[in-house]
Amino acid sequence: MFNYFANPTRFLRLTSKLQPIAMVVTLITMGAGLYYSLFQSPPDYQQSETVRMMYVHVPAAWMAMFCYVALAASSAVVLIWRHMVADIVAKSTAPIGACFTFLALATGSLWGKPMWGTWWVWDARLTSVLILFFLYLGYMVLYNAFDEPTRGARAAAILAIVGVINVPIIKFSVDWWNTLHQPASVVKMDGPAIHSSMLTPLLLMAVGYTAFYFWVLFIRSRAELSAYKVRALRIRQAEG
Amino acid sequence: MNVFWKVFTSLIQREIRLAIRHGADSMMVVMFFVLVVVLFPLGVGPEPGILTRISAGVIWVAALLSAMLSMDRLFQTDFEDGSLDLLILTPQPLELLVLAKTIAHWLTTGLPLIIISPLLALLLNMETSGYGVLLAALALGTPTLSLIGTIGAALILGARRSGFLLSLLILPLFIPTLIFGVSAVDAALIDLPSKPQLLVLGGLLLASFALCPWASAAALRQAAE
Repeated sequence: MFNYFANPTRFLRLTSKLQPIAMVVTLITMGAGLYYSLFQSPPDYQQSETVRMMYVHVPAAWMAMFCYVALAASSAVVLIWRHMVADIVAKSTAPIGACFTFLALATGSLWGKPMWGTWWVWDARLTSVLILFFLYLGYMVLYNAFDEPTRGARAAAILAIVGVINVPIIKFSVDWWNTLHQPASVVKMDGPAIHSSMLTPLLLMAVGYTAFYFWVLFIRSRAELSAYKVRALRIRQAEG
Repeated sequence: MNVFWKVFTSLIQREIRLAIRHGADSMMVVMFFVLVVVLFPLGVGPEPGILTRISAGVIWVAALLSAMLSMDRLFQTDFEDGSLDLLILTPQPLELLVLAKTIAHWLTTGLPLIIISPLLALLLNMETSGYGVLLAALALGTPTLSLIGTIGAALILGARRSGFLLSLLILPLFIPTLIFGVSAVDAALIDLPSKPQLLVLGGLLLASFALCPWASAAALRQAAE
């Protein structure tokens, strides 16, 4: 199956079909999620209205890690099988993941001010997510630092795989260290510790964020493929 | 096996000989280390209380920066004069040759930092109870920095603005070592056991010892293609 979609033409055909679907899913779930989270969910008994920050913050943090895993997985494919499509997916994922990470950090900071009384604390969760953000930046800068594009692609792929060690650290940082950040409350062995009136909008938003990722990913990777074609044509033209 | 050891040790010897004959590289790292540390009392003011409080952190941050400074020359000269291609073509596994180069790098840059660090601790008015732990933490931590740094040094070969790039790539990966290195010394300074932090540092060293040469070797291979 991998090889099947590694063909850029098939990839283009598939994504041109999936892109509108991802767009519709994004608009519907995000719209419904926003409506539920802003109007239909109760305020928290301790945090009152600021709890609504959760519906933008938590999915962003999930997506920051999801994107990194996607980035590392496609980087592994780049290094092992040298598929061009995997390279394009990795390259297009990096800026989206960096934006999600920035969004998670920014909304967390805004939420931290009223709840913890500070914009930022140097606890394990916040620090490891900040490292994740730097890893994304490092990936993007390294990718573009070489005159020859394939060199940059492979060097950046190695960096992405090395950085994957940070993902379990982010996930378990709240369990391994005593942190100000609260531990996991949705994905737990004994079911979510969160009421369905809050869980529904949260999951809707999570689906919306994921669909948004794929939507943007399809746009970006199609643009990358076109840029690649243009480059190849230019080279052919220059060679006569 | 015998041939392998011969290659391994002769590579270490070559690196050390190069470092001694060039001379400047090791000295420059130590000078940089000292200068960065000396800037802090001038920057934050010479009150002994404040200096004692920040001494461990300042020494560790300076060690981190000096380790990074020495890193970009690690494979660069070999890459330019072609000896890197020869290293890759040797029948011995490149991962272990990278390890040999890392060991040589640590001996020529990491070890001098450890030797000079008690003097800097003295300048920063660190209490004597912290000296032993500082040395132990640096002895466990600086090899980790060298090992992680080789990945960055291998990745940036042939890149534009490689010095800046190197710092962006490896400083985030240095952070765990920094955190546990500093907290080990801080614990010792307030008479708490610093064994847990030292054990974590040892764990980081073993993990990077096992994993980093693979990543560096992969990066070197694709750089030489």
